[in-house]
Amino acid sequence: MSLCSGGGAPGAAGSGAAGFGSVPGAEAAVEVLHLRKTYGTTVAVDDVSFSVQEGEIFGILGPNGAGKTTTVECVIGLRVPDGGAIRVMGLDPQEDREDLHAIVGAQLQASALPARLKVGEILDLYHSFYREAADLGEIMESLGLAEKRNEYYRSLSGGLKQRLSIALALIGNPKVAVLDEMTTGLDPQARRDTWALIEGVRDRGVTIILVTHYMDEAERLCDRVTLLDRGRIVAIDTPERLADRAGVDKRVRFVPSGPFSDRLLTGLPEVRTVEHEGEQVIVTGSGELANIVILTLAAAGVTATGLHLDSANLEDAFVQLTGRHLHDGTGQTRR
Amino acid sequence: MSIHASLLPARTPRSAFGKLLESEAKYAWRAPVGLIFGVTVPVLVLVILGTVPGVNKPVKAFGGLTYFSIYFPILIVLALAVLSLISLPLHLANYREQGILRRMSTTPVPPGWMLAAQVIINLVLAAVALGILVVAGTAGFGLGAPKAPGGFTLALALTIAAMFAIGLWVSAIARTTGGASVIGQLLFYPLLFFAGLWLPREHMAPVLRDISDWTPLGAAVRSLQSSMLGAFPSAQSLLVLAAWAVVFGVLAVRFFRWE
Repeated sequence: MSLCSGGGAPGAAGSGAAGFGSVPGAEAAVEVLHLRKTYGTTVAVDDVSFSVQEGEIFGILGPNGAGKTTTVECVIGLRVPDGGAIRVMGLDPQEDREDLHAIVGAQLQASALPARLKVGEILDLYHSFYREAADLGEIMESLGLAEKRNEYYRSLSGGLKQRLSIALALIGNPKVAVLDEMTTGLDPQARRDTWALIEGVRDRGVTIILVTHYMDEAERLCDRVTLLDRGRIVAIDTPERLADRAGVDKRVRFVPSGPFSDRLLTGLPEVRTVEHEGEQVIVTGSGELANIVILTLAAAGVTATGLHLDSANLEDAFVQLTGRHLHDGTGQTRR
Repeated sequence: MSIHASLLPARTPRSAFGKLLESEAKYAWRAPVGLIFGVTVPVLVLVILGTVPGVNKPVKAFGGLTYFSIYFPILIVLALAVLSLISLPLHLANYREQGILRRMSTTPVPPGWMLAAQVIINLVLAAVALGILVVAGTAGFGLGAPKAPGGFTLALALTIAAMFAIGLWVSAIARTTGGASVIGQLLFYPLLFFAGLWLPREHMAPVLRDISDWTPLGAAVRSLQSSMLGAFPSAQSLLVLAAWAVVFGVLAVRFFRWE
């Protein structure tokens, strides 16, 4: 099975290494082929290829230093690749910079805005950069910036700076939005609000490339995800299929309403182990584990209360595929 | 990434430049480095000069001009030096250091517009400084109009070009605000010394004056002073100014980086 299999998008199959535009009807918004980028003797990105379909949320995941930021910075034309080719809506990020920047919105790490400008002034300024800009009021409203418009950038909290940065990425009504660690620094509520906002943006047909090291974010938002490790692609697939591929057992925890025989469950094909931990029962296995367990117990007159399902996630998939943990570094590094 | 990118991209609304200029002007007002140093320092020197007895007396050797009229070009280049070597590079280096230029380079606006906006703002400040010096000089120090106005204007324009080219070069090579400050000041004091700020050119040893003739501010003061006195500036000093403008303009373009 090809690691680069598409997420069921029409025309994606077989496009593999065939080149740009070779598949009629393929609506690839972003195509990256054999991208390579080195800094001195350090290979930051090595033979990275993927294609993002129009209207898709495509996640790029990996530990610090995996090459995520370098990859997207090449996509938006901020860095010149050492090898490979990139097309964004048919444009070459180096050759067609000005056309590209009119249709791509970017939220970057390691960038700031003028300290002594106010939120409203910055939004107004960036709004003027685009011919077909989004509605200023709508953007401010949806990111909760309207009541902050008279505050200076330097007095904003990290979360507000982040929201302003997202607003600027979307203000030009982009066809493609590149968001690098967009929820870093946001509190949990703001993160969930941002996720909803991003889903809304996607529903308007915007293609989104999301760089993140948050598993829950990728699972919630991304149609497809590529796992990057040390500059190379480890896998590309939907979050669910990646998790399945990890082959990690599902775990169901519950407190039974009354005693029952373990054999009731161990006899089921889906169940691998049954353990007791105080009054809690922990069942591991695969498939529709939770449903099967509940139904089987119910048939025996036992109710499972306080049910908890831990399913394999991208974190497990990453460990399984690379033998490494995602968060083994401290802090954030770029490049 | 270079400054060579088209300065007039078809996809970018022209009105964006006005907005950019507007927000940079607001910034210059709120963080008034150029306003405080570029305008008040020359005015301060003017006030100090006012306490020196006899500066507003006509001097025979100067064809009846006051001593102040001869010192006037030094005040002009002082204002230009502060704005081009300190105010401009510090601001742009700060923008680079913060990633503000980097952020802008992902928009359809060519960051060359940012440089243009900054040069315009510092030129406006220079005009304000010049205006104050002219008004105060005329009112209090017997400043007369230059006797060779055409030569004066040409010399002034070339001085502005040379100093802002050097300032943009400093902005180009300084990666941080600290670096910009160090490079700017390493140029600022020697250039103003050769301009005659502390020791007037006519009192310099011949070898120092010869060196001064080849420095941008030495050539500037020389050509501006001779215009005040009524002689069209020498070809040498005008060419020296033009050469500084061209060489450092090219170097600034060559080495400019957005991050």
